[in-house]
Amino acid sequence: MSELGLRVRAGMRRQQFHLEVDFRVNSREVLGVLGPNGAGKTTLLRALSGLDPIASGEIVLDRQVLDSPESGAFVPAEQRQVGFVFQNYRLFPHLSVRDNVAFGPRSTGQSAAMARQVADGWLNRFGLLALADRKPARLSGGQAQRAALARALATDPRLLLLDEPLAALDAETRLSIRAELRRHLREYQGATLLVTHDPLEAMVLTDRLLVLENGRVVQQGPPAEIARRPATQYVARLVGLNLYSGKQTSDGSVELDGGGSLVAAGFDHPHTAAGASSRVLVAVRPSAIALHPRRPEHASPRNVWPGHVTGLEMLTDRVRVQVSGAPSALVDITAAAAAELDLSDGRQVWLSAKATEVDSYPDVAT
Amino acid sequence: MDRPVITTFVARRRTGRQRTPVTIAVPALLGFAFLLLPLVALLIRAPWSQLLSLLSTSDVLTALRLSLVCATASTVVSLLLGVPVAWILARVKVPGMGVLRALVTIPLVLPPVVGGVALLMALGRNGLVGRYLDRWFGLTLPFTTTGVVVAETFVSMPFLIVAVEGALRSSDLGLEEAAATLGASRLTIFRRITLPLITPSLAAGSVLCWARALGEFGATITFAGNFPGKTQTLTLKVYDALQDDPDAAIALSLVLLLVAVAVLAGLRENWLRPGPTS
Repeated sequence: MSELGLRVRAGMRRQQFHLEVDFRVNSREVLGVLGPNGAGKTTLLRALSGLDPIASGEIVLDRQVLDSPESGAFVPAEQRQVGFVFQNYRLFPHLSVRDNVAFGPRSTGQSAAMARQVADGWLNRFGLLALADRKPARLSGGQAQRAALARALATDPRLLLLDEPLAALDAETRLSIRAELRRHLREYQGATLLVTHDPLEAMVLTDRLLVLENGRVVQQGPPAEIARRPATQYVARLVGLNLYSGKQTSDGSVELDGGGSLVAAGFDHPHTAAGASSRVLVAVRPSAIALHPRRPEHASPRNVWPGHVTGLEMLTDRVRVQVSGAPSALVDITAAAAAELDLSDGRQVWLSAKATEVDSYPDVAT
Repeated sequence: MDRPVITTFVARRRTGRQRTPVTIAVPALLGFAFLLLPLVALLIRAPWSQLLSLLSTSDVLTALRLSLVCATASTVVSLLLGVPVAWILARVKVPGMGVLRALVTIPLVLPPVVGGVALLMALGRNGLVGRYLDRWFGLTLPFTTTGVVVAETFVSMPFLIVAVEGALRSSDLGLEEAAATLGASRLTIFRRITLPLITPSLAAGSVLCWARALGEFGATITFAGNFPGKTQTLTLKVYDALQDDPDAAIALSLVLLLVAVAVLAGLRENWLRPGPTS
């Protein structure tokens, strides 16, 4: 495996908050960092860029130690060659778009003429050449986003940091800019870290995901794997899954912590050597659960349990029903089915789910 | 019945008429008159026909030139020293910075004559530092033109510091961070990002500082004396002329009033306009 790329093992402390992470990003790889607000995502980016020092551990980029409190090494931000695309872009308001992009090359010692030439090259690539003489205040959200990315890339960074790059855009612009960003990230040779709390962004733009919660890495892996088998309620909610934690029992069913039990078909996890009942997570898609007005008679599904409706929400093409029971669940049904069932708050219903639709896997977080 | 009440209320709002209570109107009128009357009197009493000849006497021109040179010099010194001071006050986070800020701005509220006495104690020939300046370099500040610049700078630099510090404090640190990630050194960031963004406040602060220096009287006469051609600035000349040539004093006062109006007009453009932020 190539040694080029980013290797991070770092601890940071900010008042009550404690961040502790350990991961690596290879060059040409896009690592997504997914997490709720306050998980430590921005704290992490600031440490990687050199804007804040770490308290313990080590940050190594392309074999160069950037920050190591133990050995006293610290490379300041201006010498790191780390590109940072900030959430609100932070374009310099008094400089033209061209001078914004030329700022990096100019600051690293190139002549004014050379820096402008480099800037124009990047502006051309990002379709901004016609706007080169404008001030940032006169750019649209999408244009400002592109200018910010061009400015970061113009310094030829070894590591690219993107802090929620699409968060400030409206939905329509986001769609086109997302595709464009994907193309630019593919072309970029260095390692990329992309912070987001948008699951779609995470799925589409990244090669690998790291889920950060309360300053800890709770899950790492390919986006598809994380979407299919989330390790925490936060991720499960993001990707729209019902997630339960429980104990695998010898008869093949899972005893859920919150009450009730579910049977999963062919649970595929190795039993521990001790043979003790192991901790597992169980994921069920809301659309894989059926609702019935009374207990289904000829029940082929192995999982059948009662509950009562506590909420209804109309999604674009279906109705999401909150059902309280053992276990509680989100259930997606068609609008027609909802009408047929005459659903209302407090209504008694029966839920059923096929064992083949219930996925159980080891709980690695505990 | 509610209806008539509502109608009158609406009617009053529509005409926009609001009666000012007499207890406010009378003292306010007195206040306006008190502030404006002296200026009006100055304009009325001005010897308009002889104005040009009064202002073109050699000692008036000398005082005028001295005033402009000293005020400008002290503004330059204030910029060179005051901007870094403002930067430290705004950006360095150590305990006691609040106390230092308060101390630095004392000259804003200190009677200028006290400032002059304090300067004598520090930089006079027998002063704390002054005695060494005299002994080692043969440098004497009191009662010299340089002394005028020193006195004016002492009194006016805090105006610049306060204006620039406020701008630095409210300026967007995020832009400086962005510049750092692009490879810019601290000095480059200051020169290409920080300074351009606080330009409006810097200009306003400089104008205020210059105007204050031009009008300086107490500290100057105490520390630098009142020697025509050497330390007698326009304000000192006005005071002198009032004894034996009131018309000249009025003419000079008009010049200073004109400067004040010009400064006010300039500040209307710049003063308190928020600096550009992202």
